[in-house]
Amino acid sequence: MDTMKQCMKNKKFVFSAVILIPVLFIAVFGPMLVPNDPIAINPSIAFASASSQYPFGTDEFGRCILSRLLAGIRPSMLVAFIGTLGSFTVGSLLGVVSGYTGGKTGNIIMRAVELILCFPPILLAMMIVCLWGAGVRNLVIVVAILYTPHFARIAYSSTLKVRKMEYVESEISIGASTLRVLGKTIFSNVFSPLIIQISLTISSAILLESGLSFLGLGVQPPEPSLGQMIGDARGFLSLDVMYTVWPSLFLSLTILATNLMGDALRDVLDPKLRDSF
Amino acid sequence: MGKFIFKRLLIAVVMLFMVSSIVFLIVNLMPGDPVLLMLGTDSSPDPASVESLRQQLGLNKPLWTQYYDWMFQLLQGNLGMSYSEHIPVVQSIASRLSRTLELAGLSMILACLIGLPLGVYSALRRGKLADFLTTITASLGISIPVYVLGYIFIIFFSLDVFKLGFSMPSGGYMDVSRSFSGHVIRLILPSLTLALGLAASIMRMTRSSMLEALSNESVHALRAKGLSEWNVIFRHVVRNAFIPVITVIGLQMGNLIGGTVLCENVFNWPGLSTLLVKAINQRDYPLIQGCILVMSTVFILTNLVVDIIYGLLDPRAR
Repeated sequence: MDTMKQCMKNKKFVFSAVILIPVLFIAVFGPMLVPNDPIAINPSIAFASASSQYPFGTDEFGRCILSRLLAGIRPSMLVAFIGTLGSFTVGSLLGVVSGYTGGKTGNIIMRAVELILCFPPILLAMMIVCLWGAGVRNLVIVVAILYTPHFARIAYSSTLKVRKMEYVESEISIGASTLRVLGKTIFSNVFSPLIIQISLTISSAILLESGLSFLGLGVQPPEPSLGQMIGDARGFLSLDVMYTVWPSLFLSLTILATNLMGDALRDVLDPKLRDSF
Repeated sequence: MGKFIFKRLLIAVVMLFMVSSIVFLIVNLMPGDPVLLMLGTDSSPDPASVESLRQQLGLNKPLWTQYYDWMFQLLQGNLGMSYSEHIPVVQSIASRLSRTLELAGLSMILACLIGLPLGVYSALRRGKLADFLTTITASLGISIPVYVLGYIFIIFFSLDVFKLGFSMPSGGYMDVSRSFSGHVIRLILPSLTLALGLAASIMRMTRSSMLEALSNESVHALRAKGLSEWNVIFRHVVRNAFIPVITVIGLQMGNLIGGTVLCENVFNWPGLSTLLVKAINQRDYPLIQGCILVMSTVFILTNLVVDIIYGLLDPRAR
């Protein structure tokens, strides 16, 4: 409860919550809020200007831009959240287990996981997408693979540190089962750095997904996504500036809010780093 | 020191070997028959020619023999033939690598020139309006995707929507031999676009690292000794504060390469990344393999350099 109070006092937290709550609401209920069908093509009204029926106008196929924006947040969020959840689960489990086992085995597991870090993230993502094809499901897997080492590293180093603490040793000495030591003592200790990493990973994942979609290697048409809309709009920049501006604004605000959420959580959960970003 | 550098070099070599093996595996696991792709998919090709081409490319051999052959060729600097361009992959990469490196290198320099001084300034003015404004701008800078920033620049400076009285080219490339000014003017927008995001993360790290160095007790001792504030900040605090920033610059290399992929696409910069995207769309496997290998190598080598610089500056890291 104390943490919650501190969060509410943090300006960055409040600001990002004000943006993120509607964004998440749109991600969940977006397809029900759309004024028009986001994928219905009607070339006769292409590039219509803003009107009461099409509040943000229409795109090159006569599709309602507002509807596409509202429907386009969902895939980004789906990829970011489920992908991050995947990398969090796999990464922190691997990290905690190899930190707890320690020694050679732990080291080998970590080295294997860190192989992923030898590649610039977007290149590995492009390669995997090439192999399995684009689309939301594969993007989720890509995000889960790419960010596993980050979680594993944090969990590994924190576990190694906590493992040597006297209270963990004393818990082992009085006969606590490995599962109990891992689950209760160690995991509750490595939890806050992992929470901070989650928010960082979500914003990186949104950036990655939208970047791939921008290149045409992410969410596939006709399903809309913000990055893909910006990519589609590029040929029409001089014709209709707002077509590019709207998805860019939505996307940038969402990423800004997630980043600020990360900063705020770091302020609250890790007081040593307070005010230092 | 020599031992430290040798160890780093050895790790880099192992990483390069691992990366090339993974790239080989992934590309060879890709669905789709490269032979059918090469012969064209519109008509069903004659089975005999399919078989002879397969033999010619060595695709009928077992995977590990292919791997051995490929690695052997790779060590001699041969990356195979591009399916779509019908020229050696090395040749088509060579002409474009320098352009990507030029763009990325210039952006890195610009990012340091913008990020480091702003970070120091913001830390010294902590809590004041100037600090607030720079930190907000930096938060925006790390949040706005590269391509969005690129379009903002194009809207402002190329389409000239605000009638600033000049218009920059919105993309393309001109060789230095044709026109030096034409070359430079086409470099400005893409390199600035790439630089700003990086500058923002460098600024954030510099600020926090400055704040940490400033809170060190030695600062009190230096002041008590009677050193001028200028001397304290620039000869002592800044020197300590910049060491962790170097690690961040190293970590940003991956983002810089990712950034060039997107930035080259926005500005039609004919570098490696546009080649890679084209290769992916045409399923030109040797070219995909080559591009990813070369870009990952650049990534590993720059990280090696950053590691060594870090070791030189901070003896504890050795």
